Amino acid sequence: MRMEFVLEIARVVLYVVGILAFVGFNASYLVLLERKGSARFQLRHGPTEVGPFGLIQPVADAVKLLCKQILIPKNVDVILFFMAPILVLLPAILCMVTIPFGATIAARNFNLGLLMVFAFAAFNVFGILIGGWASHNKYANLAAARVVAQNIAYEIPTLLIVVAVVMVTGTFNLQEIVAQQAGGFWRWNILRLDLNPLQPVAFLMYFICLLAETNRAPFDMVEAESELVAGAYTEYSGMTFGVFFMAEYTNIVLGCCVATVLFLGGWQCPFGLVPGPHWFLLKMYALCFTVIWVRWSFPRVQFYNLLNLSWKILIPVSLANIILTALMLKVF
Amino acid sequence: MRNTIQEIISGAYSLAVGMKITICNLFRPTVTLHYPHESATMPARFRGHVELACDPETGKPKCVVCMACQRACPSGCISLDGQKSESGKGKVLTAYSLDFSLCSLCGLCVESCKFDALRFSKQYNLAFTRREECTFNLLERAQVKK
Amino acid sequence: MSLDVQNLDRETFVVNLGPQHPATHGVLRIKLTMDGEYIVDAEPVLGYIHRMHEKMGENRSYAKFLPNMGRMDYVAALFNSHGYVAAVERLAGITVPERAEFIRVITCELNRVASHLLWLGAYLIDLGGFTPMLYAFDDREMILDLLEAVTGARLTFCYFRFGGVANDVDENFVSGTRVFVARMRSRMPMYEAFVSKNIIFRKRCEGIGVISAETCRRYGATGPVIRGSGVAYDVRKAEPYSAYPRFQFNVAVSDLCDNMGRYRVRVDEIVESLRIIEQAIDQLPGGPVMAEKVPRSLKPPKGDCYFNVESARGSFGVRVVSDATENAYRLKLRSPCLSNLHLFRECSRGMLLPDALAMLGSLDLVIPDIDR
Repeated sequence: MRMEFVLEIARVVLYVVGILAFVGFNASYLVLLERKGSARFQLRHGPTEVGPFGLIQPVADAVKLLCKQILIPKNVDVILFFMAPILVLLPAILCMVTIPFGATIAARNFNLGLLMVFAFAAFNVFGILIGGWASHNKYANLAAARVVAQNIAYEIPTLLIVVAVVMVTGTFNLQEIVAQQAGGFWRWNILRLDLNPLQPVAFLMYFICLLAETNRAPFDMVEAESELVAGAYTEYSGMTFGVFFMAEYTNIVLGCCVATVLFLGGWQCPFGLVPGPHWFLLKMYALCFTVIWVRWSFPRVQFYNLLNLSWKILIPVSLANIILTALMLKVF
Repeated sequence: MRNTIQEIISGAYSLAVGMKITICNLFRPTVTLHYPHESATMPARFRGHVELACDPETGKPKCVVCMACQRACPSGCISLDGQKSESGKGKVLTAYSLDFSLCSLCGLCVESCKFDALRFSKQYNLAFTRREECTFNLLERAQVKK
Repeated sequence: MSLDVQNLDRETFVVNLGPQHPATHGVLRIKLTMDGEYIVDAEPVLGYIHRMHEKMGENRSYAKFLPNMGRMDYVAALFNSHGYVAAVERLAGITVPERAEFIRVITCELNRVASHLLWLGAYLIDLGGFTPMLYAFDDREMILDLLEAVTGARLTFCYFRFGGVANDVDENFVSGTRVFVARMRSRMPMYEAFVSKNIIFRKRCEGIGVISAETCRRYGATGPVIRGSGVAYDVRKAEPYSAYPRFQFNVAVSDLCDNMGRYRVRVDEIVESLRIIEQAIDQLPGGPVMAEKVPRSLKPPKGDCYFNVESARGSFGVRVVSDATENAYRLKLRSPCLSNLHLFRECSRGMLLPDALAMLGSLDLVIPDIDR
């Protein structure tokens, strides 16, 4: 009894430290990947000075952000102003709890893991809204209003697509969803055409929703630097801005993790050999790279076209996807 | 309906083409210079700030203190002084100062000089923290260089 | 998407776009009265970078004022110099040698391509796409290297003189220009695929920011703005100057009237400019590059002269009134950007903020040219 209790405590501490480290590492090194990647896309060098190939640059960035003064403008609602970055970052970290990195590596194996992920992920928009509102800045207010409309519009297709996947898998347990996809890449959900011929389209739509949910270009209404200066983050400086930044990348990692689990077979190997966390990370980082790649390829979508895309294309198609899945399940 | 579907497909194709172009560029060599470690070479006609040209034989500035450059300068950033030379013929330059904070690098001074006594330097890394540093003593610079 | 501004009785608020705002490319300030994201009124506030160039031109000798000309529209500095130099030459009755005219045309057209490339990049940044700018700058760099080798500067060239040009071009410039023309031609399909055909870009341009030809005429808009509205007005054709009548080229026109129309005009103009450059390089005559007997201190006879050139942004005009002294009695500079900017107030009414900024970008404003 006591032994189990101690082990449980040790497990909790281990996973808390592990997830925090994972989030911190990703947030800082994805920034570096973004800077390096964007530089190479644009035929530039990117950071090279701090450490070999600029590898210690994130440390320098973090030190810089920590040392900077946090400016609190006049008329700001101080409590909400500081709450906002935390409200954005915390849910993303919480969601990491359910992600199965390997057959035995998951902080908590919930039966309703998928539901928890989407419940907490919806918090993200709340934080940005509060931040934009509390800043008492017109640019920030406008951006915050945009973000709410955007995230609500994209929450719906995301969930509809996920519902279709859940209908196929029959479970909300992420570990089980991965386990069902064992045996080779043709068993992954993205290629289960026997269950639903629209599955690759569903994955593509999920990816678009992922970009929009995480406010990434070409859907970066929250920043829209050429229109709204820095959008909802206009008044944030120093580490408060740094936390928003971390949250952005954490949300990307989380979205890519979920996409990997739902569609790309999680930690399963494409050829049925040596499954394990390395496959999970490989797929996840490939998706992260694609997110960055998309950002540096396209201009920003207009605000109303973004909503049009969601309401007029993504939602009808994802509804059709659900009906098709249901039919396929019933008929075959 | 048909138009919408067509637009979605052609739009998705155009996005795929865009992504192909960026990924191709990812593997091309970079075109920028790695600045502090490499720096660009200035072409022969590069208009930097002016400097005094010296006679290769005597090592003295070729300037004869005709004041043409001072008159030609639109910004009034050149001031020079001279005195009668010991041999009695012409003048010898005693001071030549260029106020770089006023200079617009137009090159009219070099054009106005009939004795090729002025030329452009190839220096372009010019940054100062104090105003006084912007005033160059060109005579001193010419002698140091020599 | 637009809003009925007339029948509006809702609460509005004011947003300052600038003087330091990423979308205004300089110290332009636009006071936007907004209803939510819709623009009710947009009032441009000028003067943040006013340097009294016209007054300076009246207090300095002609030659001393010449370097100032590159500092107005610094993106296409040669056109300003060309306008001023040609106006004074006409006033003083100086004939420019043929070779010098050809060199002026070649360098001006190179400058036009550089300016349009810079616009292309900056416009895509306005629309939120960063990468095309770096590709455009990669090409623009070649032009700047070519011009730097000839003029000695990369931006404020100050290359033209009364009666000719400051330096003759050498063989390297000629061959380098040929290489550039070939390279730029081969790059155009990339821009078409990467930018023009991109669905997001098209959605942001097609049907957005419509300016009618009538509005353009009323505000005196020129250059790609009026040509993007279907009016084939180009000073190079309407009032041919310099060596332009010798070359075959088309005036790029588009009757789309929207952002896409102006975009198309500029892209087509790059191709036309390459044609002009190629012809001029092929036909480049020998001879001097400076007229003989241009006095050091120019004192044109009493008179009044206006000279118009087609700059990268539209018709740039210089009016010089001489009273037979060393300084001009009156100097008036007509900058295309000032007229092009004032369209914005009327046309942006009822537009959404992102669309209005996309239109502002498509006008290709250079702020020091507006304020002078």
